[in-house]
Amino acid sequence: MKIGVVTFPGTLDDRDAARAVRAAGGEAIELWHDDAELKGVDAVILPGGFSYGDYLRCGAISRFSPVMEPLIAAAQGGMPLLGICNGFQVLAEAHLIPGALTRNQHLHFLCTDQTIRIENTETAWTNSFRENQEIVIPLKNGEGSYQCDDETLKMLEGEGRIIARYVGENPNGSRNLIAGITNERGNIVGLMPHPEHAINPLTGPSADGLGFFTSVLKTLVAGGAK
Amino acid sequence: MATIVVDVMLKPEILDPQGKAVAAALPRLGFAFATDVRQGKRFEITVEGDPTEAQLAEVRDAAEKLLSNPVIENFTVRVEK
Repeated sequence: MKIGVVTFPGTLDDRDAARAVRAAGGEAIELWHDDAELKGVDAVILPGGFSYGDYLRCGAISRFSPVMEPLIAAAQGGMPLLGICNGFQVLAEAHLIPGALTRNQHLHFLCTDQTIRIENTETAWTNSFRENQEIVIPLKNGEGSYQCDDETLKMLEGEGRIIARYVGENPNGSRNLIAGITNERGNIVGLMPHPEHAINPLTGPSADGLGFFTSVLKTLVAGGAK
Repeated sequence: MATIVVDVMLKPEILDPQGKAVAAALPRLGFAFATDVRQGKRFEITVEGDPTEAQLAEVRDAAEKLLSNPVIENFTVRVEK
């Protein structure tokens, strides 16, 4: 199974994302922001970092990169797509998922090992977890505060589209402790903390993050997103 | 030559931590006038000649698609000579 990992100018976590894909048993395919096609991949990860220096708004310029055109079309057609941190911001800017990520409430850049609770285990990226499983993975962001209007929040809560929530004190001011959400179909997931940095206790706080990558492989083996 | 100015502000209901930090810093310098501060962005776009209505419509389109994120921000467009 081929999982594409997109590198934008300023992306940082592409190598760890590719490593996580390999650790889960998949084949990682490098995609460049300027690519006009997706090289036949079965799923795509938009990794973290500071694409285009976070100029204008985080993810705002990446969203119009050439690779995004085929990517948006494929994801709208059901291809699994995971946006981590800056990738989450790109998904929001591309309106593939509702809401927006804004400056952390306390203004500080965060870098910590964060406990999150997986609340939706039906998506293409979370089906390896147990419902309400608590996992510890790194959280590192300056603009990770998830914001949306009341109506959207009600819809996300009502439809079980909040896939992960922060446990304990709210680290960045996100509404309803939102750490990650999914689209209606469950193939697109945006996640603020970093599972790709937690695939081996030797190099991260846990191996808990691996579940996101084994989930998508399971989804693909089963014949795509539901 | 004319300048088209696009002002982008966070919507009133969206928390503005930067504005809050500025509001908290003012009294430390002895400035007691502010009850609230909101921080935004200003784009100055230079065009040849007097902007036409069609050009302004294009700028508004660009402001909606790129310069602002309508989920969290509002914008205004005006011409400065």
